[in-house]
Amino acid sequence: MVGTHKGAFILTSDAKRERWNITGPHFAGWEIYHIKGSPADPNRLYASQSNGWFGQQVQRSNDGGVTWEPVGNQFVYDGVPGTHQWYDGTPHPWEFKRVWHFEPSLTDPDTVYAGVEDAALFRSTDGGGTWQELAGLRGHGTGASWQPGAGGLCLHTIILDPSDSQRMFIAISAAGAFRTDDAGKTWRPINRGLKSEFLPDANAEVGHCVHRIAMHRSRPGVLFMQKHWDVMRSDDAGESWQEVSGNLPTDFGFAIDVHAHEPETIYVVPIKSDSEHFPLDGKLRVYRSRTGGNEWEPLTKGLPQSDCYVNVLRNAMAVDSLDSCGVYFGTTGGQVYASADAGDSWMPIVHDLPAVLSVEAQTLP
Amino acid sequence: MIRVVLPAHLRTLARVNGEVTLDIEGPITQRSILDALEASYPTLRGAIRDHVTQRRRPFVRFFACGQDLSHDSPDEPLPDAVATAAEPFLVVGAIAGG
Repeated sequence: MVGTHKGAFILTSDAKRERWNITGPHFAGWEIYHIKGSPADPNRLYASQSNGWFGQQVQRSNDGGVTWEPVGNQFVYDGVPGTHQWYDGTPHPWEFKRVWHFEPSLTDPDTVYAGVEDAALFRSTDGGGTWQELAGLRGHGTGASWQPGAGGLCLHTIILDPSDSQRMFIAISAAGAFRTDDAGKTWRPINRGLKSEFLPDANAEVGHCVHRIAMHRSRPGVLFMQKHWDVMRSDDAGESWQEVSGNLPTDFGFAIDVHAHEPETIYVVPIKSDSEHFPLDGKLRVYRSRTGGNEWEPLTKGLPQSDCYVNVLRNAMAVDSLDSCGVYFGTTGGQVYASADAGDSWMPIVHDLPAVLSVEAQTLP
Repeated sequence: MIRVVLPAHLRTLARVNGEVTLDIEGPITQRSILDALEASYPTLRGAIRDHVTQRRRPFVRFFACGQDLSHDSPDEPLPDAVATAAEPFLVVGAIAGG
């Protein structure tokens, strides 16, 4: 499921993952920041549809994306919203702009979480009909000091702990990572060990530009993070972080994901820098570590190795659960690449979509 | 009867083709038209004006009878030609881009 700047596309294949069928654009002309299916019912999908003219729509499918229906699109901050910091440091009122990420419940298709800009977490328990803010996140104490990153003050990552229904991780650019242990009532920053040289205090409690966090469901205490700069890991559910950039040629990037069956195998797409959002030397390379970081190998077979200047955004990488593990990513140039052999080789599924904002994989029985 | 012309994206969203017609009792104003429009097509709620403040979204404009009425009060009566359906009320997505 691919969300782009101008619509959504559904790419399907059998288990060989050699021949693909492409349908779309769904919601043509709209930005689709994210589409995700329910783990409890793969036919239930949620899509974030927005644009600058007509705002946010939430689309729901009950038949795996064949048909869609608009559901609730009213995201109202709880109580008096207050302010966060604007780019110039002045207070700025919280204003809803769009949904960046949907995370359906692991057990109930009608329960889904939405990460939004300006950063807040909402939950629906009626299939997206109505939304309520989990206001303990913004209200935990540091919210007024959060400042937007270049892409906006967005809550872009939501991870549900499969071993503990009370625990959830989220990440915000540019505030950092946060954890709840009581199903979203109370939250605390989990940024110890992150270092951000652009901050007056590089080790500050919040203010870090976390780009993406990934977790393997068999080890929910181990988290991998692509920060603005630095690839990090935590072995204690975010209590502390260690850098594992190792031999990466650059440790700037957006996307990160974990192999479906090997919890120490992780993938990143190094991007040259925060001012040059394209691969180093015009070579599109995925880097894989089989050791949970520090030791990385470039994966290049089937990927363009000259004159390639696309970006891979934070929501635009996914893995399937087949054996061997499939890995997918989309680019701002409109290519979607797939590997059916855990990254050893790649092929483009499609070359010329609009800029890709998000990629999610569903493995159907 | 009131005639309303929606921009293409909103026609798709509301699943309508061509003009929308609305029956409205009482004064014909921007607010009464939008209230009736949203009642008939709930998916348009939030797409033309804010759910809570009811303010027009920044890149949406309201035209009728060759005039830009976007900055008028939402409770100001619209021209008779709109009230008599001689002219449509246009919801316009502003040209924005480069």
